[in-house]
Amino acid sequence: MWVYEKKLQYPVRVDTCNPALAAMILEQFGGADGELSAGIRYLTQRWHMPTNQAKGILTDIGTEELAHWEIIGTIVWKLVKDAKPEQIKGTPFEAHFVNHGKSPFPHNAAGYAWTATFIQSKEDPIADLHEDMAAEQKARATYEHLIRISDDPGVTDALRFLREREVVHFQRFGETLNIVQEYMDKKKYY
Amino acid sequence: MDCKQLALLKEIMEISFCLVETNLYLDTHPTDERALRIHNTFAKKYDELTNRYRMKYGPLMPTSMSKCPWQWIESPWPWEIDYSKCD
Ligand SMILES: [Fe+2]
Repeated sequence: MWVYEKKLQYPVRVDTCNPALAAMILEQFGGADGELSAGIRYLTQRWHMPTNQAKGILTDIGTEELAHWEIIGTIVWKLVKDAKPEQIKGTPFEAHFVNHGKSPFPHNAAGYAWTATFIQSKEDPIADLHEDMAAEQKARATYEHLIRISDDPGVTDALRFLREREVVHFQRFGETLNIVQEYMDKKKYY
Repeated sequence: MDCKQLALLKEIMEISFCLVETNLYLDTHPTDERALRIHNTFAKKYDELTNRYRMKYGPLMPTSMSKCPWQWIESPWPWEIDYSKCD
């Protein structure tokens, strides 16, 4: 189960009213390699993991990803909450606004809704951990693209923090893969 | 939320983050005694700070004790806080 802690993982600072940037940040809210995909992917893969290290890391990184999803939603909200309709009109946030208002919603930057087809679970720990390592690299790459286009220093600071987390997660999944591989080799498990 | 409350909350956020790091590291290095010592030091500090916060400002978790009225629902919620206002 989960218990909510009434705090963000990182103190998000947003310096501008910036609907155009908000629209791009949504990529990490509801995109294929975003935080929602990451959280649901890892938490979905836990049931068949063969070692305690793997069960632990999927539970704990999956949980951290949900905290990142909350950070992304907070960035989007803070970027648009004070925007007047005239400030939204003509920006890439306009199409989002006519459906969802200013509420964050899990679709990607191009407006494509989040779907479980973004993730996978194969009941095969080796395949799944490889997917997870690739997912972390893809999330890192997305953060780097976002950092390149961000014109809000506070948002850039939070994006850098989140990018760093993907690097740490990749490292931990790599260690987990080695542990699981060794375990399976010992068991001659096919 | 005044600056004193925000400062304590940020201190808790920092120590929680340290705990996330030791937690993930220990998941794949469960016999690293040095990391465990660091983790336990953070865990103790986290308990102290969250207890102090709860007594002064109310609970950070719904499983904590509360004064009347129910403090859990008091504003601001995490996404409403201006984290830079006292910098
Ligand atoms: Fe991640």
